[in-house]
Amino acid sequence: MEIRTLFFASYKELLGTGELQVDLPEGATVSDLVSELRARGGAFTVLPAAPAVAVNLTYTDPTSLLSDGDEVALIPPVAGG
Amino acid sequence: MFSAIVREPIDPAHVLTLIGADQDGASLLFLGVVRDHNDGRSVGGMRYDTYEEMAAEVLSEIVDEAARSAGTDRIATIHRTGELEVGEVSVAIAVSSPHRAQAYDASRYIIEEIKKRLPVWKKERYSDGAEEWVEGRTPGAPDVARQAPEVPDVAPKADGS
Repeated sequence: MEIRTLFFASYKELLGTGELQVDLPEGATVSDLVSELRARGGAFTVLPAAPAVAVNLTYTDPTSLLSDGDEVALIPPVAGG
Repeated sequence: MFSAIVREPIDPAHVLTLIGADQDGASLLFLGVVRDHNDGRSVGGMRYDTYEEMAAEVLSEIVDEAARSAGTDRIATIHRTGELEVGEVSVAIAVSSPHRAQAYDASRYIIEEIKKRLPVWKKERYSDGAEEWVEGRTPGAPDVARQAPEVPDVAPKADGS
């Protein structure tokens, strides 16, 4: 299944991109997605093993199952205000 | 209730027109402003980045929660993104309520929740030309480390040089 993966702020700068399509097997979780990214090596290893993640605009647990077409955002520590 | 993520400058007078009712004896406006220093460094400005669709939803949720908890729905909150200079308003929170306690409670709740979970990031531009992302909070993480009492900020304003 295809997961639209978004990166912001420091993650976006470190990776040099704000968006990637990631292909994962059915039954994959948020945590599997992060592991797949980190396993790519290079700049991807700067991603934390358990970053805050939003699936389809809502903060979500790392164990959540993903579905084809989900939009997943890796959220660096926030600093609004 | 009103909430928005915007790119254009925030007009505080306009924000006040979004609240108020005949039953309200208190109107409160909080402005978050870009300051000219942080951690001992001279700051020239700030760039705010955001996950806009999500930030709009989260801000709306925060305002809803404040309204339910404080018992007033006369609340307007606007957060700006993009490039801001020192002195510009990054966030405005206006609340009106029958008595002042409700307005203060709602306003404080909203700014604290913005700092905990609104998907917004800021990069400081220092006077020496360097830039750095401001250290933030991990949404959902306990904020024990942040509970130390804040030191009052009494440093004299720099003259801009």
